[in-house]
Amino acid sequence: MKKLIEIKNLSVRYDDHLVLKNVNLSIDEFDFLGVIGPNGGGKSTLVKAIMKIIKPSEGEILYHIPFSKVGYLPQINQIDHRFPIKVIDVVRSGKADILTRNPFKKNKEEIRQAEELLEDMGIANLKDKSIGGLSGGQLQRVFLCRSLIKNPSLLVLDEPDAFVDNRFESLLYEQLKKLNKKMAILLISHDIGTIAFYVKNIACVNVNVFYHQGNKISQEQLDDYDCPLKLISHGKIPHTVLKFHE
Amino acid sequence: MSALINLFSYQFFQNSFLAAIFAAISCGIIGTYIVSRRIVFLSGGITHASFGGIGIGYFLGINPMIGAAVFAIFSALGIQFFTNNGKIRQDSSIAIWWSLGMAIGIIFIYITPGYAPDLMSYLFGNILAVTGTEISLMFSLCILIILCFIFFYRIILYIAFNEEYAKTSGLPVSFINYLMMVIIALTVVLNIRVVGIILILSLLTLPQATANILTNDFKSMIFLSVLFALVGSLSGLMMSYYANIPSGASIIFILVVIFGIMKLYSGLSRRYNHLL
Repeated sequence: MKKLIEIKNLSVRYDDHLVLKNVNLSIDEFDFLGVIGPNGGGKSTLVKAIMKIIKPSEGEILYHIPFSKVGYLPQINQIDHRFPIKVIDVVRSGKADILTRNPFKKNKEEIRQAEELLEDMGIANLKDKSIGGLSGGQLQRVFLCRSLIKNPSLLVLDEPDAFVDNRFESLLYEQLKKLNKKMAILLISHDIGTIAFYVKNIACVNVNVFYHQGNKISQEQLDDYDCPLKLISHGKIPHTVLKFHE
Repeated sequence: MSALINLFSYQFFQNSFLAAIFAAISCGIIGTYIVSRRIVFLSGGITHASFGGIGIGYFLGINPMIGAAVFAIFSALGIQFFTNNGKIRQDSSIAIWWSLGMAIGIIFIYITPGYAPDLMSYLFGNILAVTGTEISLMFSLCILIILCFIFFYRIILYIAFNEEYAKTSGLPVSFINYLMMVIIALTVVLNIRVVGIILILSLLTLPQATANILTNDFKSMIFLSVLFALVGSLSGLMMSYYANIPSGASIIFILVVIFGIMKLYSGLSRRYNHLL
């Protein structure tokens, strides 16, 4: 299996506060890695380190694919929802080659790609709307399009299921399942009940990172990984073994 | 009508006419950036910090505008630097520069012997007193802004919208942020003569707020802001001349009236849309 990214002995400190300690993790081609962990456990920090937004204090991250092939969907609450920008321009902002091209040439290919992605997500009609009027689910789809326009080999998603309704959530995961045929996916979620359905492997992040082969995880294993999460399903009866989730 | 044509035969009036146009263009474009990024308070900080330079200019007997420019640029870079390095929260940092500049200005004007005759024109603007040199500087600034926004339009837009994401796409976030800060500082200083330190924030926000009623797209907002700023500054200039009141006040007054009318219009059309 080809490795896309290798994280080696990564530690991240904010001032004196150790957020990630000695993390070793690699992401393989076509992997679908679910990242879970308690709030403040370092999930987002891990993703930001991968996206080169923050510098590691120690250790390194090796990229075996060009960095421009890593797509990113940040947490939605970091974005100013009233910023005057059109949906199509948000999608186009995902293209990384803007510095190297002629600013006066109308980029028909890029516009077509953006329209196609919006079409795939079922929101082609929102193309010329500004983002201010969109619902949480629509906005997430727009940002998903933005991360896909560069044809990533690895897609990194930071809580795409936050602020969206249940219907959109299952739609999103079906969409990701399809995308996973073409690219590896790293997905942060605090809803382990749902993601365990779709992911192939799980990483538990709580300062330390434990890699868990497969998508079936039990409460005992979570406790072993020092990952203080409770396995609670959406069903009527709370249960702990995700395998039987219904 | 002939009175109006007569008016244009005066050099001072030609200057103020050009100043009104250049102020509208620079403030219309840069104001859109400021409002979209929600850095109105920051721009207020830069504006008021420049008063320190005006005070020192008076004291040393050099052109107060040069002092203002130096102070504005330093405070803009200072605020950006402290924000980037994260040790001081941005709004606190802005407040420090804001009040420090004002304090320095007041101290130096106070210890300068004699009376500072045109201090009021720096505080409230006097478009009728704009000089030829200032006009050419304002013109150059407009050219600089227009070129930046033509060449870097998408880069500026993407960084303004989502700075962190822009970093992951390898855009020169720091460079563009510092560049825009310097441009904001220059826009503020060169337009002080038109509307004054105290009122310049409104030329950077009112036309944009009016434009924002009609559009939610960055590019359209730039064009509409320039348009509203033009209407406001030119009619404000006329009002200033005929009613003999400070230009800053008359321009802002007209901008507020335009804003009020547009707001009322949009409110009414939304409410009674079903009746039409």
